[in-house]
This record gives sequence, C-alpha cells and structure tokens, in this order.
Amino acid sequence: MTKLQSVAELEKLRADILARRDPARTCIAVCAGAACDGLDSVAVADAFKSEIAKQGLADKIELRVTGCHGYCEKGPNVVAGPKDVCYFEVTPQDVPGIVAATLKGEVFEPCVYKDPLTGAKAVHMNEVPYYKHQMRLLTGDNIRIDPLSIEDYIAVGGYAALAKALSSMTPDEVLAEVKKANLRGRGGGGFPAGSKWETTKNAPDKTKYVIVNGHEGESAAFMDRAMLTGNPHKVLEGLIIGAYAIGAQQGFVYTRHDAPRLVEHVKAALAQAEEYGFLGENILGSGLNFKVELHFDVGIFVSGESSALMRSIEGNAPEPRPKYIRTSVQGIWDKPSNLNNVETWANVPQIIAKGADWFSGIGSERSKGTKLVSLSGHVVNSGIVEVPMGTPLRTLIFDIGGGVRDGKSLKAVHFGGAMGGSLPADRIDATLDFDEMSKLGAPIGAGGLLVMNEDTDMIDVARYLLDFLTKESCGKCVPCREGMWQMLKILTNIAEGRGKKFDLDRLADLMEVTSLSSLCALGKTASDPLKAMMRYFKDEFETRIAEAAVGNPAGSQAK
Amino acid sequence: MSEINLKIDGKDVKAEAGMTVLEAARKAGIDIPTLCHHEKLEAYGGCRLCMVEVESRGWTSHVVSCTYPVAKDIVVRTRSEKVDKIRRVLIEELMAHAPDAPELLRLGYEYGADRNRYEREPIFCVMCGLCVRYCAEVKKEHAVGFIENGPKREISFIPERAAKVCWDCQECFTICPTSYAQAAYLLTEALAFPGQRNAGGANSRTIPIQPCKGD
Repeated sequence: MTKLQSVAELEKLRADILARRDPARTCIAVCAGAACDGLDSVAVADAFKSEIAKQGLADKIELRVTGCHGYCEKGPNVVAGPKDVCYFEVTPQDVPGIVAATLKGEVFEPCVYKDPLTGAKAVHMNEVPYYKHQMRLLTGDNIRIDPLSIEDYIAVGGYAALAKALSSMTPDEVLAEVKKANLRGRGGGGFPAGSKWETTKNAPDKTKYVIVNGHEGESAAFMDRAMLTGNPHKVLEGLIIGAYAIGAQQGFVYTRHDAPRLVEHVKAALAQAEEYGFLGENILGSGLNFKVELHFDVGIFVSGESSALMRSIEGNAPEPRPKYIRTSVQGIWDKPSNLNNVETWANVPQIIAKGADWFSGIGSERSKGTKLVSLSGHVVNSGIVEVPMGTPLRTLIFDIGGGVRDGKSLKAVHFGGAMGGSLPADRIDATLDFDEMSKLGAPIGAGGLLVMNEDTDMIDVARYLLDFLTKESCGKCVPCREGMWQMLKILTNIAEGRGKKFDLDRLADLMEVTSLSSLCALGKTASDPLKAMMRYFKDEFETRIAEAAVGNPAGSQAK
Repeated sequence: MSEINLKIDGKDVKAEAGMTVLEAARKAGIDIPTLCHHEKLEAYGGCRLCMVEVESRGWTSHVVSCTYPVAKDIVVRTRSEKVDKIRRVLIEELMAHAPDAPELLRLGYEYGADRNRYEREPIFCVMCGLCVRYCAEVKKEHAVGFIENGPKREISFIPERAAKVCWDCQECFTICPTSYAQAAYLLTEALAFPGQRNAGGANSRTIPIQPCKGD
C-alpha cells in the first residue's frame, strides 16, 4: 500500500474497498471481546472457519472476528447476515446450523434471544431488549469491523472526519466545533474537552503532546478496553484530529500491558495508519506531521492519573506530582500535554463528521452525546452498554440490564468504581448526567455501574473498595497512604463486629482530611464511596456498632 | 526579577516570581511546619503538613505551600480551624508509626494531636523521603530508595551501592526526622555486607553513628 497523498485518494480507496465487496456474500461476525474470548469464542470462530472451508462456502460467507458486541452476559455472541440476526451463547456445535440457516436466509432458532419470563423470541439486533434501548454511536460499528483491518474501518466511513478536518477546516475551526459540541471528558471528571484542548493549544511552548489515556484501572469498568480493542482506528482518528486542532507533533497511546489482544490491535492500528499515510509526514497532503508512540503502564492503578501517567511516559516512577500548573500547560517533559480518555477521543470523529449541533442534540442539557457504561454485579445482563446521556438509571438496570438476577430485589447501585459512590434503590430515577450524579454522591467516573441486590452488606462493599484503593495508593503522600490505611482498619473492625462508638467520628476526620489534603485525585476521592455510604446507609454502620457493643457481632466474618 | 506582593497572615509580604508560598513565608519570618521539605531538594509535596489556606480571586482553597507558587494579591492564611485540623490528623496518623519522634511530639503538642487516636503500628519511618531524595539529588548516589507502594512502602538501602558509599557519607542520618534511615542502613549492613567498614582505603571514616532520636 502506498501512502495516501490526498483526500481524493482516500475517497477513491474507500470506493474501491466497497466495490471489491461482493453484496451476495453474507458476513458472520464472531465477537472476540474480552468476555466472549473468555467463553472460548476462538473455538466458535474456528468452527465457522472449518465449516466454511469444508463446504467450500468462501464465496458465499465471510467470517469476521470482531471486537466486543456488548452483550457479554450471553457470549459468545455471533451476528449474521445483512439484517443482523443475533445468536447468543453459541457453541461450536451450533455452527453448522447457523451456517445452513444463514445460507438460506433463515434463522437458527436454538441460539436466538428468548425472553426469560415470556419466552418471546427476538431475532434481530434492533429487537433484542438489551440492544433496543441503546444508542450505539461509538460501539455500533464493532460488528462490522475486524480490528486488525484498517480497510474495514475505512469501509464504514473511517478517516472521513479526519479528511474533512484537514481539507476544509482550520485547526481553530476544529477546536471551535469540539467546544461547541460541549464534549465532556469521559475519564471521570467530565471536564470540557474543548477547554482542555484550548489550554494546550494556547500554551506558549511549540512542542505539544496529545495522549490517549487507555489505562482504565477502575474496578468494574471495562468499556474503554472494549472500545480500543474493538475499534482502535476510531480512537486514533480522534487523536489525529485533536493533534491537528491543538498543534501537537507527537502523540502517545498509554494503555495496559496486561491485555494482549488490546496491545496487538493497537500496534497493528498504528502500523497500518502509518502505512496508509494517516500518521507520519504530510498527512493526506495537508502538511500535518504527526507520530504516535505506544506506551505501557506499569501495572498500578494510579498510573492512570494524569500527572503520574506523564511521569511514567517520561520513564519515571508513576507517582503523581503536585500540580498547581496543569499538565495541559506543563505535562510530559514540562511541555503542554493534552490527555483525554479513550472514549473522549472516540467521540471526536463523529463531532467533526456530523457537526456540533447534531452531537449536542443528543443527551441531557449539560452532558452531551452517549456514554459507555460497563454494567455488572447482581444484574441479569452484564455487558457494555451505550446510551444517551440523560438516560435514567432505571432504564439501564431494568430495561437493558433485565433487572436483578435470581428474583431478588435491588438494594443499591454503585457508580464510578472505587472512587465513586453508591445510591439506594429509591434513587434510580436519577439520570446519567455528570452533574446530577456528582451531586447525588455517585459520580459517573469512567462509567462502571455495579448493581447490588438486597443481600449486599454495604459495610463490606465500602471495605472492599477501600481495600482496593489502599493497595493502589502509591504511598507518596501521608493523607492517602496513612488515612486510607486507618480507615480500612476501622472499617474492618466495624465489619467484623469490633466497632466502637467513636469509630464514626474517627472515620469522619479521616475522610475529611484525606480528601482535603491528598496530593492527587486518588486520595482526594478515595473516601467518596464511604461518604456516599454515610449519606445513604449510615444506619447500617450504627446498627453494626451497636450490635458489637452488646456482644452480638453480626459481622460478615461471623456469617 | 519581578516582585510580587501578597498577604500572609495579614502581613504584606514581598516575594520574587517563581518562589513558593512556603519560601515567601519563611523569608518573612512566618513559620509553616514541614517534614519532607529541605532547601537543597526539589519540593516533594509528600507530608502535606505545610497546607495553608489561599484566597485567590474570591476562591478559597487548601494548597501545599511548598509547591504552590506565589501570585499577585493572593491572601494566605497559615493557620485556620481547617488547616489546624488537617495538620492534627496528619500528625496523629504519623504518630501511629513513630510515636516518640521528637519532631512529631513537638508538632503534636502544638496542634493538640492525640498519639493514641489511631491504631499503632510502629515502623519508625514517616516516609518523608528526605534520605531517598538527598541521596539522589544532592549526593547523586541512589544508595537508598523506596520499595513497594501504599501502606507497604518503605525505604531500602541497596546493598551494592550502600556498601560502597554510605559509611563515608551518613549525611541522610542527620536529616532523618526519626533516626530510621540510620537503623535501616545498619540492618542492611549487618545482613548484606557485615564487617567491611575498614576493609578498603575509602572506608576509613570513624565518625560515630548518631544517637537515636527520641531516646
């Protein structure tokens, strides 16, 4: 492949790719996302491969191994044909049946969705309850793309937004569009991405960096991994557009070292983007020069914090550094560095392609676009969900998630991983909105939503989350290292029926001082879950302590 | 160098651009407690005891003065109910590890800290990092470093380096607020390279080990 020299060459390539595709050939997409992979979707893909070879069907059926489809609960997922017939929990034994039905334009009944209560069947993707309440702007293409194939991405319109930006917009116009769209950072804070870009753009230093934060260490969050593994070029396209707007010459993708498929896909995407001329010198003849380097984390949670991440890219220990000067002004090697999360970057191409007005028409008043949510816990349907901002949590948990499993009732939902917060069941009419959720004490964070049933011991949940953060603290500053360790000891005592009356006062002091005085966001927000627990479930703590006082330890250890 | 006017504890203070609030305060004779600060070392922001209240453009926030840069017309308060509470709790947390360290006892007295408020686990190190950073930044030797993270973090002398350089230096022993640096060194020496103090020409120093602080 010779490098594309212009937008016209890209459009010609796109036309060629589409012309080469035989419309009579049906595509079967097998999910190889993390969950399906764990359920041995490789064996399913192999079975399709051998079935197609055995019957000599290569000209009739195309097999595509793709990124995450989203319905992790019912993996391995397979989607067949032009009408997206969904097959769930597919085993290699089902493969001949699916192939035969697909050839005849029919449906292989044993693997289609059946409602657990009514037994009603749902065949196509837009009929399956799990999918039909979603709006899959970022993840919808996953079933059409082999993440190792840049041509698959180009076939669905990939890199058209980049071409548009480079050929018909100035960097200032691109920035203005992103600002107007009011795209807010998906990594946790919900900070307006456009403002952050502008700070880096306006910083005096000419050398600037843009970075994809693909660390995703938050517990119960797995959507960024699915996004970056399943459609790496979308994220990359967003990054290149950002580099153009900001004036950066160098980008970094900072991601996990422990996800082999993710690493493989990102590496391949970078190599292909360079081969096709989307990275390197004079991109699409525009004069833009931009390179991207892949960088791996060192296996600790806090290396996803912006200043720690940048220290890590410099080759230093990933410890946060005190920052009264933002990393967007002084980041990697003290150069202006704009860091955005995987999902934030993935939103950029569609904003440029379809415009800020289109984007800001989706979502709630102050939170625009869609949000990826990792749904897990005591919910019937675990998986990766994409819904418009402003969707009520009730829709997420009941309409999409199918409610609480095993016929139990809902006690609480927890948002935002170890630094998020829990809400009681009577608050689930709240909507998925950065500000609303923060106000309730359960900030969206990166988007991990954990559903908890009536049997859940909230003290145990608080202890679990704090235990995670205590172990992940880098240990540099006193309030985070010592404060969490003491909180954990007190919580453990309460949970095990050794709580004392003054424990709640000690906890209150520790929570306050840890959040006020910690160096980085990990410590500052470490006690947020506990604060939410104290707000909504304080009686459980008081009861447990009172029981301990009368010598009736009902601690979880005693159960 | 441009001059910056700010207010600290009601006093008009002149500082140079690029200075931190801590530097400006100390220059003006206003004391702010620190454990991890050392004038020869890059600001670390680890102990958080130097937190102060800063009012800037109508916003009040709590910042660590050792890294917060001075700015025109900011109002700094080095003591307030909140600041004192932060310091008290931080001292109490550290006293769980080093209940008898003189510096902590002094600060604890000033801020009304109860050294028994939190569960004790005496490890005698407050992880201020002075030894680690002094060795790296001033001596450029890297003979002592941090290992592990979170509450498991500890300082550790690296035997291969320590055997060569520490006996003739010992400078970190004097800046350690708890005497733990010396203890950690002696333990490493005893276990990893015993009896080599006078083995080579370089190891000729006979300065006695420091008396233990807090005895």
